Amino acid sequence: MASIEGLLGPEGDNKSRTLNPYVTGTSVIGIKYKDGILMAADMGGSYGSTLRYKSVERMKPIGKHSLLGASGEISDFQEILRYLDELILYDNMWDDGNSLGPKEIHNYLTRVMYNRRNKFNPLWNSLVLGGVKNGQKYLGTVSMLGVHFEDDHVATGFGNHLARPILRDEWKEDLSFEDGVKLLEKCMLVLLYRDRSAINKLQIAKITEEGVTISQPYSLKTFWGFSAFQDPTKGAQGSW
Amino acid sequence: MFRNQYDTDVTTWSPAGRLFQVEYAMEAVKQGSAAIGLRSKTHVVLASVNKANSELSSHQKKIFKVDDHIGVAIAGLTADGRVLSRYLRSECINYSFTYESPLPVGRLVVQLADKAQVCTQRSWKRPYGVGLLVAGLDESGAHLYYNCPSGNYFEYQAFAIGSRSQAAKTYLERKFETFTSSSREDLIKDALFAIKETLQGEKLTSSICTVAIVGVGEPFHIMDQKAIQELIELLEIKEEAPDQGAAMQEDRSPEAAPMEI
Repeated sequence: MASIEGLLGPEGDNKSRTLNPYVTGTSVIGIKYKDGILMAADMGGSYGSTLRYKSVERMKPIGKHSLLGASGEISDFQEILRYLDELILYDNMWDDGNSLGPKEIHNYLTRVMYNRRNKFNPLWNSLVLGGVKNGQKYLGTVSMLGVHFEDDHVATGFGNHLARPILRDEWKEDLSFEDGVKLLEKCMLVLLYRDRSAINKLQIAKITEEGVTISQPYSLKTFWGFSAFQDPTKGAQGSW
Repeated sequence: MFRNQYDTDVTTWSPAGRLFQVEYAMEAVKQGSAAIGLRSKTHVVLASVNKANSELSSHQKKIFKVDDHIGVAIAGLTADGRVLSRYLRSECINYSFTYESPLPVGRLVVQLADKAQVCTQRSWKRPYGVGLLVAGLDESGAHLYYNCPSGNYFEYQAFAIGSRSQAAKTYLERKFETFTSSSREDLIKDALFAIKETLQGEKLTSSICTVAIVGVGEPFHIMDQKAIQELIELLEIKEEAPDQGAAMQEDRSPEAAPMEI
């Protein structure tokens, strides 16, 4: 026991590390499309299972070429944004025409996340990083443990189960902006119906060679008349 | 009797506003055997003269690979050069660990210059006695920098350092305007000619020179000695054969500064 305390070092007390998240955001979805990357996330911030906050911006531009979306602990996301602000500032201060692209930011985040998990004090997020630099589209994801990969479409949390099957069926390399938005909205609607933490106030962000634009918050048109919604326990026969 | 009172300490100014220890370090670069570098839009070539200390010994290495996209040639204290090469290597590897991309050459050079500068401002240190030609390729193209012990650094189209480097510089100054559009092969040839200038009559062989190259689609590497020897022989034949090459060059640039021969 003493040896484990020694391993954890001076931060050995559990009060100073994240053992579980408090205010969390739910899924983020990102896809490549013709001119760049599209990303969608709702604006909910859940306090446990209470839908406590309703206008949390979970997608932020990072430098000139990247866009970051986060699910999980909101305060940890804010800390990550502070790290990245410093990183981008330092990068700009060289003033030499070089700049960190999405690939570099993605790798940096991977290192940060894995480093924190090695200190048994993870940043409790799943991140989606998208960007365009020199005509090269980039889309990847990092988990709270530092697990990372790139793909044509990615999602975090529930999105992995509910949105990615749709994306695997319907995503194409040369989606137009309009079709990309439609596809994301279709995914977000399914998430809204089936993910109890999702709320009907979302943003869609776009990044192209020209830069980042994040939409104003808006709602999706819902239809609750499906028979499965009428009697939701009908198909679920339990022992209780 | 009239000993210089202002050169025993790195950080002491002379009344004339000079730092003698730093100047002595700059002299150390001139004592070392020559190294040259030149670049086109896509490639940078480094070359050095390898002088063995005695008949019985081998020569010391003067060109070091730092990373796939960066290499250095040194003149001056080889031991200091190796220390700095190791520093450059570790900076490169740390950058690619964090960002999974190569460190921009200009940034590495600034870090190196800052490191050298600190040594000119600490009483318990001494300046590095080595000059480095840093060749590299990055997003913004091919680059050639010269870092000196004083902490200054400069970007060049072509440059030469070390003993008798003036002769090579004169050669490079006469031809550098064509380098930008030079082919890889022409760049290597010019590197060999520039090295030859520093030998002042001594025969150029592959055993007394090292050539390295980095460029688009070509990671930094020291060139094969046999290939260099073949190139040298090819160039010698051309030179000895009707003096056309030299005559034509003079025709092409009549406005070039006259040289003392």
